Amino acid sequence: MAEQNATTRMLDIGNGRAPVEVRVAGEGTPLVYLHGAGGLMPNDRMFAALAAQFQVHAPLLPGYGDSEGEDELKDMLDTTLHTGDVIAALDLIKAPLVGHSMGGMIAAELAALAPNDVDQLTLIAPAGLWLDEHPIEDLFAKLPFELPELLFHDVALGESLMTAGLDLEDPAFLAEFLIISARRLGMAGKLLFPIPDRGLSRRLYRIKAKTLILWGASDRLIKPVYGDAFAAAIPNSELQIVPEAGHLVTHEKSEKVVDAIATMVNAG
Amino acid sequence: MKFTWFNLMPWPHLPDDFREKNRSVWVDIPSSMYDPIKGHEVYNTYLDQLEYAEALGFDGIGVNEHHANAYGLMPSPNIMAATLARRTSKAALVVLGNSIALYNPPIRVAEEFAMLDVISGGRLVAGFPVGTSMDTNYVYGQIPALTREKYTEAHELIMRSWKEDEPFSFNGRYTQLRYANCWPKPIQSPRPPVFIPGGGSVETYDFCIENEYAYSYLSFTGYKRAQLLMDGFWDRVDEMGADRSPYRAGFAQTICVAETDEEAKELYAEHVNYFFNRCLHVYPGYADAPGYRTIKTIKKGALSQYTRSSLASLGKLTWEELVADGHIIAGSPETVVEKMKELITGLKVGNIFCLLHIGNMTNEKTRLSSRLFAEEVMPKLQNMWPEWEDDERFWIHPLEDRLEPTVPVATMGAAE
Repeated sequence: MAEQNATTRMLDIGNGRAPVEVRVAGEGTPLVYLHGAGGLMPNDRMFAALAAQFQVHAPLLPGYGDSEGEDELKDMLDTTLHTGDVIAALDLIKAPLVGHSMGGMIAAELAALAPNDVDQLTLIAPAGLWLDEHPIEDLFAKLPFELPELLFHDVALGESLMTAGLDLEDPAFLAEFLIISARRLGMAGKLLFPIPDRGLSRRLYRIKAKTLILWGASDRLIKPVYGDAFAAAIPNSELQIVPEAGHLVTHEKSEKVVDAIATMVNAG
Repeated sequence: MKFTWFNLMPWPHLPDDFREKNRSVWVDIPSSMYDPIKGHEVYNTYLDQLEYAEALGFDGIGVNEHHANAYGLMPSPNIMAATLARRTSKAALVVLGNSIALYNPPIRVAEEFAMLDVISGGRLVAGFPVGTSMDTNYVYGQIPALTREKYTEAHELIMRSWKEDEPFSFNGRYTQLRYANCWPKPIQSPRPPVFIPGGGSVETYDFCIENEYAYSYLSFTGYKRAQLLMDGFWDRVDEMGADRSPYRAGFAQTICVAETDEEAKELYAEHVNYFFNRCLHVYPGYADAPGYRTIKTIKKGALSQYTRSSLASLGKLTWEELVADGHIIAGSPETVVEKMKELITGLKVGNIFCLLHIGNMTNEKTRLSSRLFAEEVMPKLQNMWPEWEDDERFWIHPLEDRLEPTVPVATMGAAE
């Protein structure tokens, strides 16, 4: 597995701000991957699959892992500009940009705010739009046992992936888990709570990047109809539906997702 | 001691199978379960009880704020307090309180509280809760991780607008006002006494101590479970070098008084059961939005009382267990006096929020329990803190010369 060669670095982004944790693995074309609200898992399948075909750089949003400074990020603009600064500090402006769910929302914002800095964009089940006829479930009111059903096509697989290494019966672990969860979702809430719409629909027309939109056919959190909405709003875009995959298509069909990204990137 | 008669104002008509058929009493409870025709009687009965509490001699009468909550029917506590301001003349109006992060712009609270203070002749106790996660985040849509910051800013604006004598500019992150100008001003100057409801957030301890506000622990699990949390508060008082006036702190307690211990069970057990089983049936997913509580507080182990397993199991406890564990203080006046002394000295509190109406308790029983408490319990608890008798920092300072309630016009006509 490529993951075994993964390195973690603390990236200085200047201006007195807290350094950012970046995980790096693989060889080949450098690519930036922005994780979703759940962060990167310990043995993240999507990260590993990307590392098999690219040199993947995955910065962790403040509030996740060792990335701190989340108190300074109050809203979507702060977060988007922060992400732009991270990519600049990595010297990866114009590298292929991939984002999943909340990370897809940030990637789309960045591509809309700085259309000349992003040439190839992949949005995997991104958040950021709201259709009244298809309300998105309230992720912030879910109990842990409710998540596999919501996030996976294969619920049994979801249960095993989401509980691997977790012992919620152990009070010490539970205390630690609550803190991790509060940090992550506390930050995510600034972009997604109570409704994950921060006006992106008014800006998507500005995106100049060639854009691949990927969606799990069984996504129950953000239904695939949102893929159509993104595709309609982003000028140079293509929607691909991945069968037998839920919102975490990144984990259920990692290879297929990365193959699709590679096809676009290699086409230039 | 200061005793405030408090009514949460629960909806008393939740069906027997409410718990089985609904996942929560709060946030997503269907509003079809509310019947406005019945509501007319419910509101007026509850308001009459609050007025009756003044007649019984309670020091304060209390209201609070909840949203989309079938055990708390006061989305606007100020409307309730306004009706009471006109029909009472002695008791403190304890509004506990306005969730100031929810008012836009929050100077609205400075204005309405000033109105209440002026109408009542200086009888307002101003409460400023952060608000529960259910109310503030889920029902009123505030971003959890920014709620406290917004609260802090709103508090600053309100206090300044009471203090300043000229219009001023306020450039906040959440509120920008070119002309912040509070008309009217409160009678109590520079401000009414302030009560802050808290549930164990360490930041709230410091906030109260620094500003000389009364810390108010509104628990449903009773005084024995509250010991650790209140000890934490008093430790912080010592660390910060403040005095130990018991009026710095208050506690909410469910209380049932009857002629005998046996009669208390007979009269009140079913209503206590209604409260713990139906009113406190809150979906745990709504208890604590991630980011609402600070990391520092989570590390101290202070979680929402709605996520604690103890709350879920309360509904299964027998009357005897509820009494033994102090979740409720119930029995004859003698029994209640003894337990109340334990509570007051144990938690070192000078303010008691008396929850004497419980769940779906009838008006007659509520009045009986309240009268017995006022006549046979309160007098025996008056001198618990003789050395702090003259501490007036945490209570109202009404006008000496204030107007008495006038007889309603319609009644006058009928009498003639």
